[in-house]
Amino acid sequence: MPTMMSSLLLNLIVHGEEWTAKELFVYPNEYIYWSIQIVMYPFMTGLVAGAFVLSSLYHVFGVKQLKEMARFALVFSFALLFCAPLPILLHLQHPLRGFHVLMTPHFTSAIAAFGIVFFSYGAIVASELWFLYRRHFVDVSLSLKNKPDKSLSEWIRFLIFCSLTLGVYDVSEDALKRDERAIKILAGLGIPVACFLHGYAGFIFGSVKANALWMTPLMPVIFIMSAIVSGIALCILTYIVTMELRKLFVTRKKTPHQLYQSREEIKSVELNVIKMTSRYLLFFLIAAISLELLDLVFRGYTAVKSWDVLRSVIYGKDFTNIFILQYGVGNLIPFLLFLTPGLTIRRVVLGVILVLFGVFMMRWNVVIGGQAFSLTFSGYMHYHLPIIPHNLETFKEGFAGAASIFLLPFLLFWLMSKIFPVFSYKTEH
Amino acid sequence: MISRRDFLKNAAKGIVGLSIPLAAIEIISPEKIFASKGDKKVRWVFLVDTYKCVGCGLCVKACKLENEIPYDANVTRTWVERYVIRKDGKVFADTPKGARDGFTTDKIALGEGKYQEIKKEDISQAFFVPKLCNQCENPPCVQVCPVGATYQAPDGVVLVDRKWCIGCGYCIMACPYGVRFFHPVYKTAEKCNFCYHRITKGLKTACVQACPFGARQIGNIKDPDDPVSKIIMTERVGILKEEYGTKPQVYYIGLNKEVR
Amino acid sequence: MKTHVWRPLYVVIGIILIILIIRAFYVPSDFGVHERGYMYGWYRKGNIEEWKNFKVKYQGEGYCKDCHPDKIESIMKTPHAIIQCENCHGPAIDHPSEPPKLKIDRSREQCLRCHFPLPYPTSGRANIRGVDPERHNPGIECVMCHNPHSPSSGGKR
Repeated sequence: MPTMMSSLLLNLIVHGEEWTAKELFVYPNEYIYWSIQIVMYPFMTGLVAGAFVLSSLYHVFGVKQLKEMARFALVFSFALLFCAPLPILLHLQHPLRGFHVLMTPHFTSAIAAFGIVFFSYGAIVASELWFLYRRHFVDVSLSLKNKPDKSLSEWIRFLIFCSLTLGVYDVSEDALKRDERAIKILAGLGIPVACFLHGYAGFIFGSVKANALWMTPLMPVIFIMSAIVSGIALCILTYIVTMELRKLFVTRKKTPHQLYQSREEIKSVELNVIKMTSRYLLFFLIAAISLELLDLVFRGYTAVKSWDVLRSVIYGKDFTNIFILQYGVGNLIPFLLFLTPGLTIRRVVLGVILVLFGVFMMRWNVVIGGQAFSLTFSGYMHYHLPIIPHNLETFKEGFAGAASIFLLPFLLFWLMSKIFPVFSYKTEH
Repeated sequence: MISRRDFLKNAAKGIVGLSIPLAAIEIISPEKIFASKGDKKVRWVFLVDTYKCVGCGLCVKACKLENEIPYDANVTRTWVERYVIRKDGKVFADTPKGARDGFTTDKIALGEGKYQEIKKEDISQAFFVPKLCNQCENPPCVQVCPVGATYQAPDGVVLVDRKWCIGCGYCIMACPYGVRFFHPVYKTAEKCNFCYHRITKGLKTACVQACPFGARQIGNIKDPDDPVSKIIMTERVGILKEEYGTKPQVYYIGLNKEVR
Repeated sequence: MKTHVWRPLYVVIGIILIILIIRAFYVPSDFGVHERGYMYGWYRKGNIEEWKNFKVKYQGEGYCKDCHPDKIESIMKTPHAIIQCENCHGPAIDHPSEPPKLKIDRSREQCLRCHFPLPYPTSGRANIRGVDPERHNPGIECVMCHNPHSPSSGGKR
């Protein structure tokens, strides 16, 4: 369109205009301002919270079969934690001013809780990791200290591990026991903080009275439940993938740590752990879907002013997104996959991928769905996700930006496993 | 296992240690909160007469030029809506470019290039409704700002600090009236501010001055002799979306139930 | 060593202290809770003056009167008296120093704002006479035949 082109040249396409198509009566300033990155943010923080709760199931409740998973989940949670603020940074119109939320927080706003919650959660996870891996840090730094000729990379490794010990070199039985107790306390303390981390994200939406779809007291609880679901699902998936890779190394005799003698031993441990974890997954899945259906039933029953337009969005325009993709593919099919007897690793992998997809669709249906109808209740807005970026904005708020953020935690996790080795009996507590 | 004595000692140290930086925080000072709740002499309010508005859109044009909102950008601090109610009860509404160029066609814009033709004899009633920021008494947009970039001045006008706004858009989502948007150049939240730079000098807002028909008026509700105050107190006036509890301060004469 | 358990806590407290120190330097001193309380009055007070100092563009009819009394007088006798000079002539800003000449909006669209006929019952719009722009001299500026300062003197042929 010629007018669109000239506006583009003059940099006058307002934020949101490029990916919003308006239908019927919509206010002039209404656009889909909260787009893909705002979908990604609760998705990522959900993974963080879920991974942590999974790790705590072992440390706090002593579910012995989850020992291997627990360590893995904690490191992954930490890797995810660094990626979780990225969607926000890409969304903010002034990302460099983002730290204003730490400088002058306005606590009447749910978003202001971001600084405190993220920081305390990060402190808890980092501290727990420190206690868990402290002996490993001490071992590595002492062994490198005594080495006479260090190469550059070894010097760097030495400095990193030295500073990570925080000056504590006591690895006696007594000290390690104290570490264990500290881990237990932190894991216990971390569960409510992890819930808060995601509950506040739900509160951000649930407290907006101007948005007819978001406004419900159930929102924080729904978010927490589905966050835990996504965290557990992601841990199961990454765990299976890493175990498969290890099996590959064992077959090719490449692994430095000869933990398991054979493929069969690896395989048997895997299935046990996964069966245990998937039971928790199902429990939270049921909780999440029940709350969402409850919300829908209530809305239909009470039929307030906004119900007409909401009904046309939920049962009309977004029917496929909600009922087929989120409830059907993301909830019902994994349910059947996990519950039918004869569970195999392949079925678990498919199940968790679908669960993750379902959780993502839930975020999508809340964020985008909430902006699919106008404040006039007599108009609609359609969201067209920018796939191929042609400028900074369509990269930041488009598929490319979202995909990069989704892939980054895996990269970070790999880097972190160099410092926090995930599969090594020598460092275990 | 840490002994109780050690625990208490360390806790005491921690608390003393924390109280020093806490003194530097001073986020909330009780004295300031209980200080005077606003400038008692002035509270700006607005009055719109929907019988007088003809939809010429001169207010929208004046607002854009006065407040430096890029003329061709599809955002505006104020706009005019057209409502056409047919005899069969169906309501049609549109606001082409926010009525920046007025209403120069009798076809209702339905979006996506579609138009609705309505025959003159089918019209039961039709009118124009100017809209602008309501400068609410309980502004939900201010409540949700995470950094204190938007706020309410003592005289009731809600302003945005362009140097502090981080551009999260929470205030835009929280406004039930849809008056907020992102400024295309400054990339901060933006909205009508009753031409604060004009009213504080004794001038009228750009839209009030531009309106040839007197459909828009601004006044001070705290002044009993203000003609706007008199009308609000003595005539039947309505407000928009009062169910949200925002206590908007833009009053409408001739507000129809179909107005969104 | 009994106290090694507290090490991470010291690191955390250290980071908090650093944030508070940065805050003391970065946040302006006039930022705080003002008249309306913490919920609605948490802001940087200096911003109010910044908004008050924003440049005024539209000066209003009184501004034009001193130099252009004839124009004002002529239009005052017509139904167009209700229209502000700047509605068609653009904002005066610092005229005559800046801009020295105002750009007049002579387009058809400017006149059609009011004079496109919309016979809406209950709206003031129904009282304004109008023309169908597609039939009445399409493409030609209205002011070619009609003088906005004297609209009732009729169209010139």
